Amino acid sequence: MTIALIDYGAGNLHSVHNALRKAGAENVVITADADIVAKADRIVLPGVGAFRACRDALVAIPGMVDAMNDAVNQRGTPFLGVCVGMQLLADAGEEFGRHEGLGWIPGTVRLIEPTDPTVKVPHMGWNDVVLNGANSGISALIEAGEAYFLHSYHYEAADPAHVAAVTDHGGPLVAAVARDTIIGCQFHPEKSQRYGLSFLSRFLDWRP
Amino acid sequence: MTVRTRVIPCLDVANGRVVKGVNFVDLKDAGDPVEQAKLYDAAGADELCFLDITATHEARGTILDVVRRTAEVCFMPVTVGGGVRTPEDARALLLAGADKVAVNSAAVARPELVADIADRFGSQCIVGSVDARRVGENRWEIFTHGGRKPTGIDALEHALRLAELGAGELLVTSMDGDGTRRGYDLALIRAIADAVSVPVIASGGVGTLDHLVEGVVEGHASAVLAASIFHFGQHTIAEAHQALAAAHIPVRSH
Repeated sequence: MTIALIDYGAGNLHSVHNALRKAGAENVVITADADIVAKADRIVLPGVGAFRACRDALVAIPGMVDAMNDAVNQRGTPFLGVCVGMQLLADAGEEFGRHEGLGWIPGTVRLIEPTDPTVKVPHMGWNDVVLNGANSGISALIEAGEAYFLHSYHYEAADPAHVAAVTDHGGPLVAAVARDTIIGCQFHPEKSQRYGLSFLSRFLDWRP
Repeated sequence: MTVRTRVIPCLDVANGRVVKGVNFVDLKDAGDPVEQAKLYDAAGADELCFLDITATHEARGTILDVVRRTAEVCFMPVTVGGGVRTPEDARALLLAGADKVAVNSAAVARPELVADIADRFGSQCIVGSVDARRVGENRWEIFTHGGRKPTGIDALEHALRLAELGAGELLVTSMDGDGTRRGYDLALIRAIADAVSVPVIASGGVGTLDHLVEGVVEGHASAVLAASIFHFGQHTIAEAHQALAAAHIPVRSH
């Protein structure tokens, strides 16, 4: 099984690579080649930093977004987006102005604005991953537990059925979104020790 | 529950080797920061901090090697501080596997460095260090060069500035308390934590588990950093979590 880990300059690329290998992946290809992504058995999109910078870097790779679209939305290749790699699935992000995302899972990425001033932003640290019962199809992949979060913007999904898991930081925040063969997690599995490695291992075994 | 209070062991590293050695048993090489990072990973530390105190520019590459090797075997967040002077320094550390970089002296001379790094790599990966000494009743001043050199800059104003420029977190160290094991400067930590919207890590002076609890309850810190109480086997990470939990502070379950 070939896992394409998309290289578009994201800072957590190597951490995700290390974690995928630790989780049991034998053939992870770090690539910016759309043809390799098109043929992969699994696709992983990492990401840290600003929404727009990541979106621009991804779109700048010739044929990449089309290859991802064909593989995931036409042929059902399992896909994992991590942090900003998950946020890019939205219709748009509002960090440094409004910018279009991939639009795979309807929603908007907005600044976390807690009403309680003692609630700190960025949301930084370990927090709960609570499954959303309405999205039961995802229960084989994601388990309840504690994972490491590091973000100032959060995913507001248009359809509650696409919310796979939530956490709480001055109010509920989306921890994972999912649809068909697509999963996106706001937390960092590559930094979530046993919980994260277990999640990645499940993704490798996932048969959506 | 809400986000957990983090317990962060900090390792001082010089020329790729641990300083103030840790006397855990059963280590193949107790001076190798990676061996120690693995122990803290297994012990359930919430994050790890490397402070690079390498004196010469030539030996600077050794910390990159430490970070790279740590990222291959530890699956926990790692912050690296010390010697970050340019966005390129930050980039090299992030690509090697660091999740956050802390800037100290360079951001005292040029606070815009924080904005440069935040703009390129995101606020979430830049930690602003506030190294301060008490200079009067509820007044603290920024000191550089390991606490030896006064700058005349008010610590609270500097902290606010770093947060405004885009630091996603502040590491507040009392240079008076550092190494004394008499506890954090709680008034300093609280003054800054209450004034900024980003998380604050309390640092400098921890000698007991009660000090960690005070850092959160009285200092209003989001994370507590300590070195010697963990390194010398006085307490485990689990004991630190238990002490915080006993004070009704949310911590990670083991």
